[in-house]
Amino acid sequence: MAGVQVANVSRSFGAHKALDNVSIDFADGGFYALLGPSGSGKTTLLRQIAGFDFPDAGRIAIGGESVERVPVEKRRIGMVFQNYALFPNMSVADNVAFGLSVRGEPKATIAAEVQRALDLVQLGKLGGRKPHQLSGGQRQRVALARAIVTKPRVLLLDEPLGALDKALRVDMQIELKRIQREIGITTIFVTHDQEEALTMSDRIGILRDGRLVQEGPPEEIYDRPQSEFAATFLGDANIFRGDATGSGIKLPDGTTIAASTGASVPAGAKASCAVRPERIRISTGAAEPDPAGANMLTGQVSKRIFAGNNSTYFVDRDGQTLKVIVQNTGAERLAEGEPVVLSWSPDSTVLVAAA
Amino acid sequence: MAMTRILEWLGRFYIVLLLGFLYLPIIIMAAMSFNASPFYQLPFEWTTDWYASLWQNDQLIAATWNSIEIAIITTLISTVLGSMASLALYRYEFRGKKVLQALLFPPIAIPWLITGTAMLIFFFGVGIGRGLIAILLGHVALALPYVIVVVSARLQTFAPELEEAARSLGANQWQVTMRVTLPWIMPGVIAGGLFAFAVSFDQFVVSYFLSTPGQTTLPVEIYAAIRKGFTPEINAVSTIIIVVSMALMLLTARFFKFGGEK
Repeated sequence: MAGVQVANVSRSFGAHKALDNVSIDFADGGFYALLGPSGSGKTTLLRQIAGFDFPDAGRIAIGGESVERVPVEKRRIGMVFQNYALFPNMSVADNVAFGLSVRGEPKATIAAEVQRALDLVQLGKLGGRKPHQLSGGQRQRVALARAIVTKPRVLLLDEPLGALDKALRVDMQIELKRIQREIGITTIFVTHDQEEALTMSDRIGILRDGRLVQEGPPEEIYDRPQSEFAATFLGDANIFRGDATGSGIKLPDGTTIAASTGASVPAGAKASCAVRPERIRISTGAAEPDPAGANMLTGQVSKRIFAGNNSTYFVDRDGQTLKVIVQNTGAERLAEGEPVVLSWSPDSTVLVAAA
Repeated sequence: MAMTRILEWLGRFYIVLLLGFLYLPIIIMAAMSFNASPFYQLPFEWTTDWYASLWQNDQLIAATWNSIEIAIITTLISTVLGSMASLALYRYEFRGKKVLQALLFPPIAIPWLITGTAMLIFFFGVGIGRGLIAILLGHVALALPYVIVVVSARLQTFAPELEEAARSLGANQWQVTMRVTLPWIMPGVIAGGLFAFAVSFDQFVVSYFLSTPGQTTLPVEIYAAIRKGFTPEINAVSTIIIVVSMALMLLTARFFKFGGEK
């Protein structure tokens, strides 16, 4: 087991900069998600760590040992591929045994280790099957067992749950997390699914156009995004754009929005505020007054989507549609077309420099 | 109702006609190899004399062995070289790859007569001359493109992540090839090998150009024998070859389930 350090790694394919000076420290034993839209460089980064491809510049170290010029077969990593990449000509047990067998381990050791790995992923009885006789979830488990049976220093997962349906995906998320905790292996997980990144990982790195946009624990990125992109890519956010005032921003129509978290942007510069939909209070304005200092806007409900435990209101305000999520507490629901007051605390408002 | 029955009947008739067209000449030839009359005269009179005299025909037997040996060696060489070439074309990007791939097809289309002439001139030029070695080299050159085309087609269905997965598990290039890639392309390699065998064993034109009177292959020997005067021994040797090659084909088809992917 070992941590992974990526320092100033760049990689170009022709004129395209797939990775641009990326540095991340993956702590030993942590579960790390690399999150980003397609083309953001997350898979390229994973392939550099795996050793399928070498960086043009920068350092990669696994367990303190420089590996940026070491080919994949000598890096002692475990990898799970998007489409599992199980060997179709081999049985499940032979698939799992492959890594030990190419190392020339004795047959008895291999058989015992393979059985242990299959038991760990709860497929102890299916060793004799061929991959095509398994369901998607089972193939996923075999791929995982095959990747960890060699006791790699780091486990790399390339969108491993992408091919599964929703219900199975949630099961596998829990399962994957359980196995990762059980063996305590440093895990780096590439995904474009923000929910998956939020629920599974200890830390998240958000990538965009080959650059690391923000990095930290999920709570920190969600509560204190450092850019409009981070705010909107990880979760939903209402974005207000205007000029920085020193304590918030002033919108083009003169309304001021106070923000007490986020970056410090010099007054007069372009800046944005991000507010999560569930942090906004929506009311007809007649009820109890908002606490002093709260941000307040008026608008009109354009649409309401009822989802059982909550409702999403779309509120039109000066050409902008704001999103508000209200828990179903039994309170009276607002009708479409109704004029409303939106209010939220400056503590829930994150100031970010303009994109 | 009646219409369907007529169509059904026509369909059956068509199949019989087709099979007759394919197999009747062969069946007649096989029958004549057991007929006593050397001039195909009827009534049919059973004999195995032609097989017995075939046994005495040293020249024909020598040519048969030559053909078999050359076909087997051609198959081995062209299958190994062709599969390696296919893997290289699949795995690596290099200058002139597109040109090289394009150049693989024309030899299949160039008439054998022209290839044969070219080879004859070339082999004389480089001092190999005519003979069994020249025939072997010629056959390998003819068979290679077939193997490469068939194996490459099979490789197109191979998922490159499989090689990556094997490497991530610590397998070196040799282990990846032998344990992951080769098992996948095996049906293609075997089909390519069968092609190579057929190209060599059937080959008349190029063999004719490159053989010397004492050292020749079966098709050339048969041609020479027919020119001297037809004997039913030719029917006998042809019948043996048909039986053996059909048995081989049926066995291969049974073991490797061509076309069907599990």
